[in-house]
Amino acid sequence: MTMQLLFLLEQVVNGLVLGGYYLLIALGLSLIFSVGGVVNLAHGAFYALGAYLSLEVAKYLGFGAAVVISPIAVAMLGLLFERFILRRFYTADPILSLLVTFGLAMVVEQLIRIIWGAAPLPASMPAALKGSVVLGDFLFSRYRLLLLAIVAVVLAGVWVLLNKTSFGRVVRAGIQRPDMVAALGIRLQPYMTAIVMLGVGMAALGGALFAPIALVHPAMGAEIITVAFVVVVIGGLGSFWGVVLAALLVGVVRGITINYLPAAGEASMYVLMFVVLLLRPRGLLGERIEKFE
Amino acid sequence: MSNEEKKGSSAPRSGGRRKVLQAGAAGALALGFPAIVRARSDAIKIGHLTPMTGFLGALGGWAVLGIKMAAEEINAAGGVMGRQLDLTSEDSVNPATAATKAQRMIERDKVDVLMGEINSASAKTIMQVAKRNRRLYMQIGARSDALRGAFCNRYTFHVDIPVTVMVNAEGQGLMREGLVKGKRIYALTSDYLFGHDLAKAAKKFVTTHGGTVIGDELVATDATDFSPYLLKIRQAKPDLVATNLGGNQVTNFVKQYAEFGLPYPVAGFNLNTADAWAAGPGNLGGIWPTVWHHHVDTPGTRAFVAAFRKKYNKTPENHAWIEYVSLHVMARAMSETKSTDTEKLIAYFEKEPKFDLLKTRMGYFRNWDHQMMQEAYTFTVKAPGTYTEAWDFLKFSAPIPGPDQPLELLAPTKTENPCRF
Repeated sequence: MTMQLLFLLEQVVNGLVLGGYYLLIALGLSLIFSVGGVVNLAHGAFYALGAYLSLEVAKYLGFGAAVVISPIAVAMLGLLFERFILRRFYTADPILSLLVTFGLAMVVEQLIRIIWGAAPLPASMPAALKGSVVLGDFLFSRYRLLLLAIVAVVLAGVWVLLNKTSFGRVVRAGIQRPDMVAALGIRLQPYMTAIVMLGVGMAALGGALFAPIALVHPAMGAEIITVAFVVVVIGGLGSFWGVVLAALLVGVVRGITINYLPAAGEASMYVLMFVVLLLRPRGLLGERIEKFE
Repeated sequence: MSNEEKKGSSAPRSGGRRKVLQAGAAGALALGFPAIVRARSDAIKIGHLTPMTGFLGALGGWAVLGIKMAAEEINAAGGVMGRQLDLTSEDSVNPATAATKAQRMIERDKVDVLMGEINSASAKTIMQVAKRNRRLYMQIGARSDALRGAFCNRYTFHVDIPVTVMVNAEGQGLMREGLVKGKRIYALTSDYLFGHDLAKAAKKFVTTHGGTVIGDELVATDATDFSPYLLKIRQAKPDLVATNLGGNQVTNFVKQYAEFGLPYPVAGFNLNTADAWAAGPGNLGGIWPTVWHHHVDTPGTRAFVAAFRKKYNKTPENHAWIEYVSLHVMARAMSETKSTDTEKLIAYFEKEPKFDLLKTRMGYFRNWDHQMMQEAYTFTVKAPGTYTEAWDFLKFSAPIPGPDQPLELLAPTKTENPCRF
């Protein structure tokens, strides 16, 4: 009995680690939606680009440099994406921004096919990061512990940025009352550019970090966008901690489901979303955002 | 939506947000739109279906390269009966879409024959379309036994080795290593037709040879993270981890198994060379079965590999090979019968003519269940430092069955296979 319980706890902790990784992708998606009102269906494409670029960089400069350079490069692409595409759609019918980001996702996926080929690319982590560590009775992959630490640092950074800086005050005000912000003479556009760069940069970091442990292939972006979207919906739009909670919850629920009913593992997050939306249509910690009501 | 608002539902005036979310959800799920590759001319029409997206999409990419190369070769040499081949490759997406597309290819595009597929579930629905329309379908790459057994029909011919052959080939390799008899085996199984078939055949092999299956977990086809399964494996402490996975699953599992560094030997009853390459050197271990590899020592394979490398600048994977030989087999059948008529082609194949599959021995379609009899191989991984090219880390066995054994040795027998036309 205690063994079983302990093992379940191990699955829970493991689920938290996985949730941390989902968080990297979902948080950016949530931020871009909160500030700009755009569901960025191309978010997964930036994740995929992050993975592919990291492999290119790793060839010359090694894994460590790749994990830093690739997200920065993708953030630069995010700048172009916001300036020349996304910006035109903030006040338009949401259907239009969905279509354009959906289209962009397909264009990027095909571009990846053309440049890198349809076959998955091999990716390995440095040998030093392989293997696992046993803490107490729990087994952790050494690599995933590192991943978790990176996520924690990024998360803390984003929180401080949003809550403790003047940048964050403008962004938070912009989420709730863009008209008031404008009336005070502050242009929201540069803030939006920064948020998009931050969001897609985090997605790219997720791609770069996951490349050594999952398949790097053209459709990887399409795979992750669904999960990220589910996390955002469960967490509630506009809520920083909602997304954090939802990502961890999705990871944990998946782990527990696989423990008892492996075949339902991938379906568990959709069931979770269903239940959460039934009980709390705004999501777990969703705020009431006036401009979307 | 507006009705709901009038009734004063629990979330008043939430139309905008809901609309965005609903549309967003639809969009997120629809990503992975079918890719379409078309050829010109209107000579002999070949309708080719293969997964180009999803968890088998990477393998389908190889399939398209292989069959395209064969079509170009045949057309450059004057075509079949002086007519050019018009090959249309489409993404089969999923079983329902595969059937719709197959029906459309027959009705609207008037294709002479259907070819292709890797996904066993999609192959099954295409087989039903072929039967309903009485049109020949050469089922190239799906390996489920049931397609050649309980679901078999006389309009379908199967080129790839079935699950039973893979299990038997792999099983012989495992027996040699002493990993079956008296051993506790933990299995992971892909949760669809092919995986279930594979698990059944593997379990039968293991139990008849004195091993015990102590766990068998189903894995959804879209699973990318295996860590919960790895924890369960660690808890079970098996003597051998046997995978009955397919497509991207195998690669993801292999990479994460290396990540966690669990000490138990791994073997699999299914792995394609592409999956192994994608895993990368240093991540793969264990013994695996395969239907063909680029080191097969025959003039045919050497010429094919050289031509493929020249054209595409990469080494062909077994799905490229099988699509390539399949179209050549089809072209020869049409040439020799001087016809594209389904009945004539069936009669021709059922005479069991021998086809060059670029292997040591010729293959043939067994006439009572329409599956190709041919050699198979197993492979292991070379020690680090013993190979120079990054993709060249696999070490392949001699053909199985051996030269003095019957080709049907590993295939299901007439009593084992319920197929009756």
